[in-house]
Amino acid sequence: METLPKWIDMIVIPLLGVLISLLVSAVIILLIGENPIDALNLMITGALGSTYGWGYTLYYATNFIFTGLAVSVAFHARMFNIGGEGQAAIGGLGVAVVCLSFGWSHWVPALLAASVGAAVFGALWAAIPAYLQAKHGSHIVITTIMFNFIGASILNYLLVNVMRPEGSMDPATAKFPESTHLPTLHDILDLFGIAFSKAGPANVSFIIALLACIGVWLLIWHTRLGYQIRAYGYSESAAVYAGIKPFKIIMVSMLISGALAGMMATNNVMGEAERLVMNSTEGAGFIGIAVALMGRSHPLGVLLAALLFGFLYQGGAELAMWTSIPRELIVVIQALVILFTGALENMVRMPLNWLWLKARTGKN
Amino acid sequence: MEKQSTERRHSYAASSIELIDISKSFGPVEANKNISMKVTEGTIHGIIGENGAGKSTLMSILYGFYKADKGKILINGESVNITDSNAAIAAGIGMVFQHFKLVENFTVLENVVLGVEDGPFLSSSIQKARVNLKALANEYELNVDPDATIDSLGVGIRQRVEILKALYRKAKILILDEPTGVLTPAEADHLFRILKNLKEEGKTIIFITHKLREIMEITDTVSVMRQGEMTATVRTKDTNPSELAELMVGRKVLLRVDKKPSNPGKKVLNIQSLNVVDHDGIQRLRNINLSVNAGEILGIAGVAGNGQSELLEVLGGITEANGSITVNGQEIPLDGKHANGQSRRQNNIAHVPEDRQHLGLIMEFKAWENIALGYHNNKNYQYNNFLMDNERIKQDAFSKMNQFDVRPNNTNLVTKGFSGGNQQKLVLSREIERNPDLLLVGQPTRGVDIGAIEFIHQQLIRLRDSGKAILLVSVELDEILSLSDRIMVMFDGKIMGERDPLVTNEKELGLLMAGISEAND
Repeated sequence: METLPKWIDMIVIPLLGVLISLLVSAVIILLIGENPIDALNLMITGALGSTYGWGYTLYYATNFIFTGLAVSVAFHARMFNIGGEGQAAIGGLGVAVVCLSFGWSHWVPALLAASVGAAVFGALWAAIPAYLQAKHGSHIVITTIMFNFIGASILNYLLVNVMRPEGSMDPATAKFPESTHLPTLHDILDLFGIAFSKAGPANVSFIIALLACIGVWLLIWHTRLGYQIRAYGYSESAAVYAGIKPFKIIMVSMLISGALAGMMATNNVMGEAERLVMNSTEGAGFIGIAVALMGRSHPLGVLLAALLFGFLYQGGAELAMWTSIPRELIVVIQALVILFTGALENMVRMPLNWLWLKARTGKN
Repeated sequence: MEKQSTERRHSYAASSIELIDISKSFGPVEANKNISMKVTEGTIHGIIGENGAGKSTLMSILYGFYKADKGKILINGESVNITDSNAAIAAGIGMVFQHFKLVENFTVLENVVLGVEDGPFLSSSIQKARVNLKALANEYELNVDPDATIDSLGVGIRQRVEILKALYRKAKILILDEPTGVLTPAEADHLFRILKNLKEEGKTIIFITHKLREIMEITDTVSVMRQGEMTATVRTKDTNPSELAELMVGRKVLLRVDKKPSNPGKKVLNIQSLNVVDHDGIQRLRNINLSVNAGEILGIAGVAGNGQSELLEVLGGITEANGSITVNGQEIPLDGKHANGQSRRQNNIAHVPEDRQHLGLIMEFKAWENIALGYHNNKNYQYNNFLMDNERIKQDAFSKMNQFDVRPNNTNLVTKGFSGGNQQKLVLSREIERNPDLLLVGQPTRGVDIGAIEFIHQQLIRLRDSGKAILLVSVELDEILSLSDRIMVMFDGKIMGERDPLVTNEKELGLLMAGISEAND
């Protein structure tokens, strides 16, 4: 049976999905009474037209890369980790603990330690649902969703009662010390003489996110562990036949997944807010699910999808600022993207498959 | 009334079903090429061919699952347009699938009326079906308890329910797709009696199989399919098995396995008082004692589901058990964390599982990735402490696939893209090429073409002759008889007895398989 080549599967189908969702969005914008071409223009110039815009787009994309990778790794073991939101939030706690507990002399060791702290806290938050799944068969989707709420409640308690500096009315930790502040893309690119806006929050964790993409790619396709994760994900019975232990794979894949989600906190907590606030994740954990779906759980796909969603986030903020299009419309557009690239993917795939076969048989 | 008028119009020939020039392509693959076939009313017509020859596609067209690209279907001389299975049923066609389509927790009656109820309330339909079923049962030896739920019935009975379903829908043409695959010899005999009764009552039967013996035994005429084409249609009494095999494969085929007498060496596998109780508390293996020597094949015969699978799984490290197993004199762990596929491979046990698609292979993996399945920890597959050496695995896969003539020899092809026979060769190449001391093989040729069967049998004999021990489990008696040096029969988790393949016969083994042990045992 003839199947579609990889480039159509990985690139063309998602792009067509995005195109369809943009067309539907255009209709909605027309109904609101705005010009969709102008709106798209505004989104593009707002998000990509200036280094200021890029500073925000890449900042959002960094969050989505981490959470998207997290969902992807778990998904290779057929674990649907919906708990990225909670794991990222608890990862923020890890960053705060590291940054506030020790006297750091420079941002480099601070970032390394904070990454470890974020990863360990995120992994621990994924470990409990993973254990319940592996030992007792409690469904990972249900438990990770519940752990999002538990995580938020714990943070709430800690920020209000434990970590709030005395005298402050704000449920947030104290500002992290100056020495832990991460260099922004402006600072980094300045070293190479490249001008980049000072205002955007994108920072050095974007580079860590890119390294994480490479790391996940190596892990999944070039290590024994990745081989075992994929084997288990495709067929539990065949994995058991091969002597692969399901308990181990569920635990390890979920720990890695939680660690990646937790590491998002180096970007939003350490790199941007420079303190831990309530609801610091702002839904990035859930966007990660869409990013992983759209990126086919492949790091390159995740990177591209994360950039797209970063663009939608930043472009949407611009739209809300300059037009009568409400900010909520961006959520609608994002939902449409998820709908057409994830759930309704076959709507695009089937005709393409047909066309491809037709073209092939025509040639032969 | 209706019958009379049909007869009058088509008095020239009682051809019940006729296909004219049927073609069907899936993309570039021509599954059926200009197929024409005529089946006379009241006969049994066999269709034989290798996997992928297009038999199932043709039957799916007849039953309305696929639409033919071109061609005509005539039933009793009249052109019919079969758009879906309802149209097929209306045209008098009934189908008994290889995998039964029954609701397991419904009773026989409920299954029979499903989809043809008279109205919103069941009781009248059920009453009618009860009377009807009784009549059918008397007429055709189709005895089934109408109130039993399907999950309490054996496969042979389930198949009868499928036939009853078709007859209840007034089928005049009955299509059976590989009906004997799951039956004991006795059950198959019973099925054949039923089919003969149906034929005498004027039903037309199309019988699809890849077993030559069944074609010879039951059919009146036979069509042979090869690569989407119908290569021949002959009267069964005018042909013979080797001619049919040649027509199927397109070359001469050795039907008997060519082998020298075995030369057994030291004891490799020794099993003592092995017991398995499954999660539901059902005892699957009862006090099994057996041994296999180097250089011989021990064949385990039996109807599927009598403990053979569990025996292989215990040996392969998949299922836990009680008792004692030694391999080359060394005790192997039967429970705990060391009872797994990895430690078994370290003990030089290789395992070709019965179910290659769920156990032996990962269908989404590329061929080369499957060559490493179970052997992913091998030293020469590692690049360093962190990374695997994918290139090395690919090279190894290429040479193994070459050795076993896996077609196409493309290590990057996704496994589900290979035919059943080539998937099986992929598993065999992975397990045999490592030269294990003990090879466990389950159903080595299930769903495999005749040409590939010959090759697989030769490879097993080659391994035996190189002094390795082989434990063979198969539900194909032919296979057991032709490959084994010793035969044991399993029934209900027990070993019913051991026989010498040169002395015993199918009848004797069939009785043991049914749990009937003779006085001399």
